Amino acid sequence: MTDQQSHLDEPLEQIRQQVQASRRGRLKIFFGYAAGVGKTYSMLEAARAQAAAGAAIVLGYVEPHARPETEAMTLDMETLPPKLIEHRGITIKEFDLDAALARKPAILVADELAHTNAPTSRHAKRWQDVEELLEAGINVYSTLNVQHVESLNDIVTQISGIQVRETIPDSVFDQAESIELVDLPPEELLQRFREGKVYVPAQAESAMQRFFKLPNLIALRELALRRVADRVNVQVQAARHDAGGTQVWATSERLLVCVGPSPTSARVIRIAKRMASALRAVWIAAHVDTGSVMDDATQQKLTRNLNLAEQLGAETVTLSGQDVADEIVKYAHARNVTKIVIGKTGLPRWREMIGRSVVNQVLHRSGDIDVYVIRGREEPTGHASSRQLLRAAARVNRVQLAMAVVVAAACTGVAGLMRGLWPHLSEANQVMLYFLGIAFVAVRYGRWPGVLVSILSVLAFDFFFVPPYMTFAVHDTQYFITFCVMLVISLLISGLASRIRRQANLSRQRERRTEALYRLSRKLAGTAGTHQLVAAAETELAESYASEVAVFLPDKSGYLKATAGGPASFTADDRELAVAQWCFDHGQFAGAGTDTLPNAHALYVPLASPHGTVGVLALRSLELGRFDPPQQRQLLQTLASQIALAIERDSLAEQAQKVLVQAETERLRSSLLSSVSHDLRTPLAVIAGASSSLAEEGQSLSDATRRELLQTIVEESSRLALLVDNLLHITRIESGAVEVNRQWYPLEEIVGSALERTKKSLAGRQVKTHLPSDLPLVKLDGVLIEQVLINLLENVAKYTPAGSEVDVLTHMDGSDLLLEVADRGPGLSDAERQRVFDKFYRGAAAAGGQRGAGLGLAICRAIATAHGGRIWQEDRPGGGARFILSIPQGETPPAVDGEIAPEARTD
Amino acid sequence: MASTRPNILVIEDDPPIRRFLRASLSSHDFDVQEAPGGKEALKLATQQPPDLVILDLGLPDVDGLEVIRQLRQWATMPIIIVSARGQEKDKVAALDAGADDYLTKPFGVGELLARIRVALRHAVTLAAGRGESSQFRVGQLHVDLAARRVLVAEAEVHLTPIEYKLLTTLAHYAGKVLTHRFLLKEVWGPTYSDQTHYLRIFMANLRRKIESDPARPRYLLTEQGVGYRLAEE
Repeated sequence: MTDQQSHLDEPLEQIRQQVQASRRGRLKIFFGYAAGVGKTYSMLEAARAQAAAGAAIVLGYVEPHARPETEAMTLDMETLPPKLIEHRGITIKEFDLDAALARKPAILVADELAHTNAPTSRHAKRWQDVEELLEAGINVYSTLNVQHVESLNDIVTQISGIQVRETIPDSVFDQAESIELVDLPPEELLQRFREGKVYVPAQAESAMQRFFKLPNLIALRELALRRVADRVNVQVQAARHDAGGTQVWATSERLLVCVGPSPTSARVIRIAKRMASALRAVWIAAHVDTGSVMDDATQQKLTRNLNLAEQLGAETVTLSGQDVADEIVKYAHARNVTKIVIGKTGLPRWREMIGRSVVNQVLHRSGDIDVYVIRGREEPTGHASSRQLLRAAARVNRVQLAMAVVVAAACTGVAGLMRGLWPHLSEANQVMLYFLGIAFVAVRYGRWPGVLVSILSVLAFDFFFVPPYMTFAVHDTQYFITFCVMLVISLLISGLASRIRRQANLSRQRERRTEALYRLSRKLAGTAGTHQLVAAAETELAESYASEVAVFLPDKSGYLKATAGGPASFTADDRELAVAQWCFDHGQFAGAGTDTLPNAHALYVPLASPHGTVGVLALRSLELGRFDPPQQRQLLQTLASQIALAIERDSLAEQAQKVLVQAETERLRSSLLSSVSHDLRTPLAVIAGASSSLAEEGQSLSDATRRELLQTIVEESSRLALLVDNLLHITRIESGAVEVNRQWYPLEEIVGSALERTKKSLAGRQVKTHLPSDLPLVKLDGVLIEQVLINLLENVAKYTPAGSEVDVLTHMDGSDLLLEVADRGPGLSDAERQRVFDKFYRGAAAAGGQRGAGLGLAICRAIATAHGGRIWQEDRPGGGARFILSIPQGETPPAVDGEIAPEARTD
Repeated sequence: MASTRPNILVIEDDPPIRRFLRASLSSHDFDVQEAPGGKEALKLATQQPPDLVILDLGLPDVDGLEVIRQLRQWATMPIIIVSARGQEKDKVAALDAGADDYLTKPFGVGELLARIRVALRHAVTLAAGRGESSQFRVGQLHVDLAARRVLVAEAEVHLTPIEYKLLTTLAHYAGKVLTHRFLLKEVWGPTYSDQTHYLRIFMANLRRKIESDPARPRYLLTEQGVGYRLAEE
């Protein structure tokens, strides 16, 4: 079943990879087994061939130690000037990544893929620079030696005895588009080395002397050939897979490797990586945090090991729990792991015999999971354990040890007092008293003070309370039994107590994590609006981490901006912003404590949501390395994804709101469409029908019928014209295409022309105008206000009984001009009044009246609004409706003298 | 002109409207020439000068205003504009450029014929060398230009000089729409051509003296956004 499932997913994954590959630049690696085989030369040769074929090739960086014949090949090629970086008084030449990105050539040549950059560079390693180039769609040529491949690193060390620190993750090697093996028989290479044709750094001369030996070179060559052959093998499989071949893909394997702080762990991780690649399996590196206190060095080692695993492509997790084996096995079952890889610990034989070693326990409980136990590096176990003991002891706080001594002394004092007061009391009471002291110390200060106080207690008991007194000599042999039992019980108590303490610590830590998460998510859940969310997250995290915190969000074009008014001081710095931008673009941690731009002041965490990175969280702690431990990183990542989800939820809500508005607009549009299509079709159908019958059978129709048909055509076409006019009108007003052209008018002129234009519709009605004779000039757009009056009067004609009266009234109300049309019709219901000014709302037509398009009053409202005024409807006392338009009038009308124009008088 | 039938040039790019105009005009004793664009129209107009032009402002090749200006360089025949509602600015510009009247789409045949008649009559009186009669009558309104008297229902009305000038200007072009700018220029002089509210106030005063209900004028009609027209019949 799972097999089938994974089969279904494969094509998708394949397509995804292909798509990714087509957008990314291609990496070609010139791969050799040692310095001097001619990688750089081959690379330049290939570059020149491409250049000759017309490709835009730029030399980004070529190691300057090249031999003359190599150097000659660079002379006539476009070369980026190196970036000069000052570091501790030395000027270092580095590859200029930004210049390369800006130049954007078709192919960029960057020597030495495994090179470590100068400390202030953007990335710690050159392969990261190359990644960014590939990401930007630039093809890259680079060189690499076999000892720089991370998973082969330890083997190379074994072979050559030289520790190589500059490595690249295997994934970079595996994902390279093509690998060109540059090979040279070892004998020839040795010959060249002896002739001084191989570049050797001065400080490594003796090492190189040891390195360049035939057996070494043969072994390295084999390693390189095999690595390339492996790759070819994978390609063959992939090709077979592409061609639809069968079942070579059967990998449902999942590996889990146990990681600890010990150096053995690194080896175990590398072996696990090799197993995983051989099996083509997913692999997980797990560390179990038992809550025991680690010193900084151990912590660092652990972090390094986890980072190594991550670099090699593992998913890393940190589990919390008391019992390492139990946690590992439980997690392995939960994740369907098929193989567990674990390092053999250097525990003393006796502890292994009791079965307390983690390896034994894992073996015991693993059930159907295969367990691979990897031999650790040989170290004399006894030696190691005593050293470990010493180190453990050194880890314990001196004050705590002193307290153990003080408690032992206090117990002795109290016991002595008891003996002085009640001489016949049995020794059992003193023993009990000591137990009390031991329990106290163990709970309070942990294991080692507990052990110390146990031993001290037994000694003090012997010295002070077992005859002969004031000596360690014992007469009665039965006291030996007492001592032994007492010691065992003491140690047990202190062991148990310290375990309780550790557990308490652990749960406190867990609680703190949970609480931080809970507090943040509660705060975010109760907040709406992106800016409020960001502010809430900033204050919350600043509080719980005692750090400066800032959240960066992208603007529309994808460039980050710090949210305004944030409390963090570093956000104003452009360089910091650049780091944040990098973090945002690549969706990876960056800044202080990471490999990318580690010189930044703050640590940058991408706010990753399921739909991509929505922003960047930046934290700057005064405490150095505060965020370095992987648990902290994981917690930060969790917190960041909480924030990201909240921001995304918010933007989704916003989008939903927009969609709602859009849906509303859509609804309006479709109601417009249905209204328009109905209103357009009806008159059109009538016109078409009437005119076609006139055209086809005009002769046979009676005169009366013909006239009737013609009259219908005339009426319907004027109805159509009105509808189209109204539609155009409201569209123009609402879109702002109509400018309000205010001029000074005597209002009666507007009323007059409106009545003139509605003369026909209002025929048979008594229209009364009430215009005060002292009405001043009013400032308005005459054409538009006339339209309002016309629409109101047309409505009267449509919705009130024929022959009923109409009144047109105007007066000033303070500085507002009121213009009113009052009828004696049926009036409006409350529900109608609510909607009567809406578009496409149509009132119930009066008997025989025609229904309008439902636009007249909407136009009136739009015009009123455009004038800064309003229009509303009231009931008219005595029956009927009043429609009142109010337009604010601020200015004083211009004075006009009676007779002003001299030309007029001469007439 | 061989024919006594007036010759009308229809400049309109829309064939159905052209067809409708041709049908209506031919049946009312007009000779009709048609041009779908401005260039062709100008050519036709020079070959056989029409007695009247009906011009759609929205032509595909030449701006309608440009057609008016070109025609006005050498001809005085009436030009009637056809345009849509809501384009008051265009109408005013066309009238100011020398057009005589306008019709708002859609329009009926009756309205069109009335405007054509008014325009042709004005053209004839103008051609006759300002030989207009000294009397103007419409409804109850009687303007005696010779005696400089105005009577409404046989009762004399006293007008100020400007009111009188305004009324006589309108009467001179009775039935034809006059733009604000034109009236201001004619009555007040060129410096007042932007003071539209002067015109409105004097027009209001004039209405109070002449109309029985100034809010429902019978003679002095407002063409909102364009100008005024004195009713003819």
